[in-house]
Amino acid sequence: MTLLILLSVSFFAAVILAFIGDRKFAPEINILGSIVTFLAGIFLAVQVYMYGPIITGGKFFFVDAFNIYLVVLTSFVSMTTAMFSRRYMRHEREHGRVGHRGMRFYHAMFQLFIFAMLLALLTNNVGVLWIAMELATLSTVLLVSLYQTPTAIEAAWKYFILCGVGIALALFGTVLLYFAAERILGEGGEALLWTNLNQVSDKLEPTVLSLAFVFLMVGYGTKVGLAPLHNWLPDAHSEGPTPISAVLSGLLLNIALYALVRCKVLVDGATGTHRAGYIMMGFGIISILIAAFSLLRQKDIKRMFAYSSIEHMGIATFAFGLGGPIATFGGLMHMLAHSLTKSSIFFTAGHASQMHSTQEMDRIKGLRRGNPLVGWGLILGAIAIVGMPPFGIFMSEFLILTATMKDAPLMTPLLLIGLGVAFAAIFRKVQPMVAGIVPSYQKSLKASHIPVILHLVLVLIIGLYMPDFLSQWFHKAVEILK
Amino acid sequence: MNLAAQINSVMAALILLTSFGLLVQRRMYALLHIFAWQGLFLSISTAIVGYVSGTHHLYISSVLTLVLKVILLPYILHILIIRLQIHKEVETTINVPTTMLIGIALVIFSYHLTSPIRELSTLVTRSTIAVALATVMLGLLMMITRKHAVTQIIGFLSMENGLFFAATSATYGMPLVVELGVGLDILIAAFIFGIFFFQIRTTFDGLDVDQMAKLKEED
Repeated sequence: MTLLILLSVSFFAAVILAFIGDRKFAPEINILGSIVTFLAGIFLAVQVYMYGPIITGGKFFFVDAFNIYLVVLTSFVSMTTAMFSRRYMRHEREHGRVGHRGMRFYHAMFQLFIFAMLLALLTNNVGVLWIAMELATLSTVLLVSLYQTPTAIEAAWKYFILCGVGIALALFGTVLLYFAAERILGEGGEALLWTNLNQVSDKLEPTVLSLAFVFLMVGYGTKVGLAPLHNWLPDAHSEGPTPISAVLSGLLLNIALYALVRCKVLVDGATGTHRAGYIMMGFGIISILIAAFSLLRQKDIKRMFAYSSIEHMGIATFAFGLGGPIATFGGLMHMLAHSLTKSSIFFTAGHASQMHSTQEMDRIKGLRRGNPLVGWGLILGAIAIVGMPPFGIFMSEFLILTATMKDAPLMTPLLLIGLGVAFAAIFRKVQPMVAGIVPSYQKSLKASHIPVILHLVLVLIIGLYMPDFLSQWFHKAVEILK
Repeated sequence: MNLAAQINSVMAALILLTSFGLLVQRRMYALLHIFAWQGLFLSISTAIVGYVSGTHHLYISSVLTLVLKVILLPYILHILIIRLQIHKEVETTINVPTTMLIGIALVIFSYHLTSPIRELSTLVTRSTIAVALATVMLGLLMMITRKHAVTQIIGFLSMENGLFFAATSATYGMPLVVELGVGLDILIAAFIFGIFFFQIRTTFDGLDVDQMAKLKEED
């Protein structure tokens, strides 16, 4: 029941907003829908926490410790993003960057996107997971091109084509998975259910599953933004409206990684080897290095943080590939901390570029004096994202590094180089933007502070002290992913 | 039974042939016709497999293919081509013979890659899995070699054809809910690229994707 509310609220909100999304009160409806979704998510989480995993809807939905934490995270970040987008989009509209139709479209697609992500997380069916992932892509493609500038259209086209191809390969992987499963579980929908597949994973044909994993890895890896399949990501993040960058970076990448990790567990069970893990580690480390060195050359603020997302998804993928309790725990925590930090950075970066009417970092100056909360938000977010204590990312990276030194010592220097270069690159760019005097062209604006403060406080809490329920969740999820 | 398997193999051969046709054809309308033929062969093949195996939901997906891939999508594309006036020839980035050679290599690679599946499978359609993968790969190749928005979309849809074919030949079709969902996604994608064509057309000069090369890293 809770589950049904969770899914249907965002869906119906999307339908309603498709008609009235340009009214004055539309942002409030958008926020209200996301709040209800978030509350339903919390309620579901409490149920799972008290009574264990839930399988419902004729085995169609499946909730366990791994996906419920992502459900809560997804609904939370989409709620804060909806709050942020109220002032942000009002500013964009006043400056004539979006019209009536644009606003209707924006609000409807925002809710549809949330619906697609929640469906991808909650479904028990590998095929439906694929469909929901594709729906999440399609609902955001035209949001990336919302401003209709040449670069925005180029970015959206790239996103559409690259992710379309990627996800098509993932479908081929899913077909192969079904082929292997059907021989054990019989024909029909039953053979595509995670709950059934995990029970018989040791009986599935290893050669077929290895082949399937290659396709799934390339397919979902494109959506995670892993190098060398990452080309769409910086463009889409930098050209789309900032709230969309925040949810793409903070949520969509996580969902794709979730799909990948579920597949990996299955394939590991079938092959009995660690080959899938090695593939993930390889993609992860390449992404970290490529992203770290690309960070050095960035001029556009949103583009820079998009590369930072590639780096962090690389770290999480690496951690899940490494396996073992510590690395997996670190990976789960990293997904959480990165998602919260990165979306708060995009909030502040969005306001910063609105204040200066540009996304070029050379022209953004004196943020701390111009608007203390935006300035402090950006610098604290940057400190958190480069992995400085006492924020959550420090803890998760520390865990992952410890596990790497123990299980794959040769990878440690590569990982450290990546982290070090990223640290230097981001800090060198952020510091001049925040410090200094206010330039004459800077405009003052009403920023929305609550989302930023909320996110940063949460990341700080995770870094200082891990709440009991959270660590229990993670421990259960680690059990599942063993 | 045997006859049906043979007809299915013929259909597989025709699908592969149309894939190569898409690779070499330069005229826009002809491309569209070849794509529609490919959908038709796919639909017939799906119906035959459904008949042989007695899996009735394959009839539904056969009809779905017929409506979507043979009638609706080519029709939408046709209208778009007329409205946008883009029926001239399309250049390829690599010349045709080289493309063909790469295509042949991809087909051989597909046979090699799917050999473990062919050995495991007991279905009558098992020999066509390689063709399905080859169709996916050739669609991908077409997307890479053609720098035009419409041809890239046709390549993309041809890849989807390959995926449907893979599903029927490897497993007698995915569960119905999945096939319907995939069909729905393709339909949404069709509307999106329709909107895209207009956006690209009004913002850029034509539909050549080459013009969209502003977003890259400066040194």
